[in-house]
Amino acid sequence: MSALLTVTCAVPAAGAVLTAALPAGSTEARRSTTKAVALGVSAVTLVLAAVVATRFDPHGARYQLTESYSWIRSFGITFSLGVDGIGAVLALLTAVLVPVVMLASWHDADPAPVAPDGTFENRRRTQGFFALILAVEAMVIVSFYATDVFLFYVFFEAMLIPMYFLIGGFGDRAGGPEAARQRSYAAVKFLLYNLLGGLVMLAAVIGLYVIAQDQGLGTFDLQTLTSAIADGKLQLTGTAEKALFLGFFFAFAVKAPLWPLHTWLPNAMGEATAGTAVLITAVVDKVGTFAMLRFCLGLFPDASKTFAPAILVLSVIGIIYGALLAVGQKDIKRLVAYASISHFGFIIMGIFALTSQGQSGATLYMVNHGISTAAWMLVAGFLISRRGSRLIADYGGVQKVAPVLAGTFLVGGLATLSLPGLAPFVSEFLVLVGTFTRYPAIGIVATFGIVLAALYALLLYQRTMTGPVKAEVSTMPDLKVRELAVVAPLVALTILLGVYPKPLTDLVNPSVNATLSQVHETDPAPAHPVAATSGGEQK
Amino acid sequence: MNSLIPLLVAAPLAGAALLLLGGRALDRFGHWLATALAALSFGFGLALFSDMLGREAEHRAITKHLFSWIPVNGFQADISFRLDQLSMTFVLLITGVGTLIHLYSVGYMAHDERRRRFFAYLNLFLAAMLLLVVADNYLLLYFGWEGVGLASYLLIGFWQHKPSAATAAKKAFIVNRVGDMGLSIAIMLMFVEFGSFSFEPILGSAGTVGGAAQASEGKLTAIGLMLLLAACGKSAQVPLQSWLGDAMEGPTPVSALIHAATMVTAGVYLITRSSAIFDLAPDAQTAVVVVGAVTLLFGAIVGCAKDDIKKALAGSTMSQIGYMVLAAGLGPIGYAFAIMHLVTHGFFKAGLFLGAGSVMHGMNDEVDMRHYGGLRKHMPVTFVTFGLGYLAIIGFPGLSGFFSKDKIIEAAFAKGGTEGWILGLCALVGAAVTAFYMTRVMLLTFFGEKRWQPDADGNAPHPHESPKTMTIPMVLLAFGSVFAGGLFAYNGSFLTWLEPVTGHSEGDSPLAPLVVTLLTTACMLAGVAVSYLMYGRSAVPVVPPVGSPLTRAARRDLLQDDFNHAVLVRPGSALTAALVYFDSRGLDGFVNGLAATIGGISGRLRRVQNGFVRSYALSMFGGTLVLVATTLLMRSV
Repeated sequence: MSALLTVTCAVPAAGAVLTAALPAGSTEARRSTTKAVALGVSAVTLVLAAVVATRFDPHGARYQLTESYSWIRSFGITFSLGVDGIGAVLALLTAVLVPVVMLASWHDADPAPVAPDGTFENRRRTQGFFALILAVEAMVIVSFYATDVFLFYVFFEAMLIPMYFLIGGFGDRAGGPEAARQRSYAAVKFLLYNLLGGLVMLAAVIGLYVIAQDQGLGTFDLQTLTSAIADGKLQLTGTAEKALFLGFFFAFAVKAPLWPLHTWLPNAMGEATAGTAVLITAVVDKVGTFAMLRFCLGLFPDASKTFAPAILVLSVIGIIYGALLAVGQKDIKRLVAYASISHFGFIIMGIFALTSQGQSGATLYMVNHGISTAAWMLVAGFLISRRGSRLIADYGGVQKVAPVLAGTFLVGGLATLSLPGLAPFVSEFLVLVGTFTRYPAIGIVATFGIVLAALYALLLYQRTMTGPVKAEVSTMPDLKVRELAVVAPLVALTILLGVYPKPLTDLVNPSVNATLSQVHETDPAPAHPVAATSGGEQK
Repeated sequence: MNSLIPLLVAAPLAGAALLLLGGRALDRFGHWLATALAALSFGFGLALFSDMLGREAEHRAITKHLFSWIPVNGFQADISFRLDQLSMTFVLLITGVGTLIHLYSVGYMAHDERRRRFFAYLNLFLAAMLLLVVADNYLLLYFGWEGVGLASYLLIGFWQHKPSAATAAKKAFIVNRVGDMGLSIAIMLMFVEFGSFSFEPILGSAGTVGGAAQASEGKLTAIGLMLLLAACGKSAQVPLQSWLGDAMEGPTPVSALIHAATMVTAGVYLITRSSAIFDLAPDAQTAVVVVGAVTLLFGAIVGCAKDDIKKALAGSTMSQIGYMVLAAGLGPIGYAFAIMHLVTHGFFKAGLFLGAGSVMHGMNDEVDMRHYGGLRKHMPVTFVTFGLGYLAIIGFPGLSGFFSKDKIIEAAFAKGGTEGWILGLCALVGAAVTAFYMTRVMLLTFFGEKRWQPDADGNAPHPHESPKTMTIPMVLLAFGSVFAGGLFAYNGSFLTWLEPVTGHSEGDSPLAPLVVTLLTTACMLAGVAVSYLMYGRSAVPVVPPVGSPLTRAARRDLLQDDFNHAVLVRPGSALTAALVYFDSRGLDGFVNGLAATIGGISGRLRRVQNGFVRSYALSMFGGTLVLVATTLLMRSV
């Protein structure tokens, strides 16, 4: 039993503690040390997550690199880790994004001097910020690797705490007390929504345990439970299964978020720093959609099928609703947040269409949305940091003075509207096709989302970047080297995964097949199948 | 040889990447690099063409598989190419005319500080369009299709500092996206029906029957209509035509590229490529011919009213593409002629746009034809080449447009029955109107009195002939405008060339071909005569007269924008505003209210922050209650 997974989770956790313990950042040099340590830890984590993904054999067992340590023996709770293709890919995404976010947020947590003598508002801000990011990373990776339901639950909930402090404690500078009040409101809203979801889930987790224990299976081990459900050793009555499903699903739908549980997201993403907003939408929220795939479908296959049509309707409403709201936003970051709500609709739709295209697409969507939204949001953050305003109307003509910034912002927007050649197209089209084969009407309605996405992405670009140069932006500098280093890998990945997504699909496909067979679903067969001669595989 | 197909696309794509990433170092020679790469692609095209000619008609299609693009269970999308006579025709047109437009742009954009970027986008445009026509499956075609949309967005909005250009670019992209939606749905329908979206398995090829033959007519009609929607977007056909006129905001070479070699021809390609589907879906074909006929008249009417030379030409493009769509909708009677007209149109429309650009170049970027006049003496090369393009487009006997347009009108009659008569008459009327507005353009620009006006800075225009880099492409295109049609019609050579791909049937015309030709020529002459009477014999007012209601409507593009605004934009904005309100007040307010009630906190949620610990405790308490209740409940069920 190798301890690779535990080490991968432990490195950022230990890094968080180490970073928090470093001496206070009253000087530039000390702050730089803090940041360098945190960045180094995240780089090591990235290497480890990449090793995990390469060690994973797509043709091997469902869960690999498994480890199990006993934890709370009386309740059958274990510290069990294991990866499937989906978890490996999402953990890798997390490990890629964290260093990028750190680099992008390099100065976001520098303490501002409050008095001329050089005293600072809070000398430990820098340590706190970077330690919190590492803590989030550790918890998210545990969630992706956990194969014990209770273990998952604990980290699913625990990550709220560092996120709460990241949202409430650090934001865009401008605005003074009013901004602080808004931020605090956003953080509390984030916490309450997610806490409520978590509590409902806890009830369901315990409910599941109670039922299982009655039938002699006092365990939280995911594999034991799913195989017991599959071969009938563990029997849930219809009502119980539905209730438990809803309990789990509610928590994940709040976190994902699914319409109409989304209203915390625009506040949180709007008020937090751009880096934190990326952590929310690209990393933490993915745990919600990931958990739908792994836990809802795996543990409650029949209920999943029962509720699938209703969930599809909610997700397609979310697609259109989020996109329309994005069109109507005046605030750049809130616009990105509503665009994300639309995208989460696509992801959830792909999962519950219960087809292999839909689910492979949904998994790729999680990755691609993470990368492309990170690029879009972080460049938006660079833009906002230069002007000190989040309002779209305060910008205009930026492409003239900062062409590279404008160009990368456009690429982010084009990725968001799923332009072919960029990664999000691959996943969005797979989700649409996968939905359409089973539910044509819902697939067609969702397709309207691609027009609306073009509208909000290009409107944002037009209003901020084109037209005459506004006086306030006329001296705006173009992207700095550090900022380019943030954007370049994201853009490169977006293009690479748009043209050659095969490495990802190879990892993901077998896990999707396994999930679908748990639900006893097969893809609808074409009416008049033709031999795919174009497929060069055989040539 | 097969390995050359990817290089067709790769050459201009590499140019785009180099020029965009290369930085200022490439400013001095980047434009020549881009032009050379376009020419290189043309060279590859010629090599492939001569290779293709060396094989029997049935064995001309070649394929090249690069790699598996999106492999998911049951879903197979590959980066894989197929070159047959139809795509070969497009490749030569795109790269040939495209290279000339590159060359022209070297002179035209000489003074633009962002010239390097302009050439990068031109190269990108070629690459995307080439990908579109050499793809061997609909999803890869879609890749090129949207790539064309992106390139046109970047080029139409090239002068981004002008709000009108930025708006036009966005409009083009979004209207096209509506069409793209059609293409997406068509691909999904194919996947549901056939489990594939590759050309050969669905459409068949020389000697084999594709899966389309087994599908029900209803399914094929649905697919056909969705493909038509897509074609309407890219080819600016009614009802998705509104972007084309505004797209004139781009630099003039872009207009030439969009209208002649790339973009608007994509819809005609799509329909012709999918002939196996349309042939089995007569209702979809009817929709295609209706769209074509309506658009050819719509564009012609708009073309009559415009004083902006580029917008008059844009109206004419719509109209001419309408002819092609009409022909493609006729089925095997018309496919080959649709493509033949597409190629000849590629020559003369590119020539006309480049000529218009040359005129603007000499006239301080003035576009209002009412401010031109008498330019023939000052710009002789432009005058002659533009004049030949003019004669070609109106279908003057012996020139390119004559042969290709005449064939389409013949085919429209050959459709047979009442339908044939209606379509034939529409096409004839269109021919007359085309002659009218093109003669108007010609007279207003090159003949009559000088009506030159000083520009905004007070500089009087000093019209002069354009530099060699601009006139050489114009001369070469003029050659095409004169001779291409005759060459294609000679011995039915073009028909023989395309027939293995598109098939051909003669139809059943109530009129003898000679009668149609005479009628067409008579209509053309009538249009010229009326135009001469109106604009050639009396002085042209510098300020446009008020005009009839139809003229005024035509000046506003037959109220297309007013319509879209009233039907889509205004209700859409209202809906968005309502939803924004609902989201913050309604939905959020409801949830906040709920939270406040559950928590037993009388104030609004924002007060929670002061007593945060208390609310946390309350939540915990509530949670525990839920827990206990569930445990009890689960035991009982």
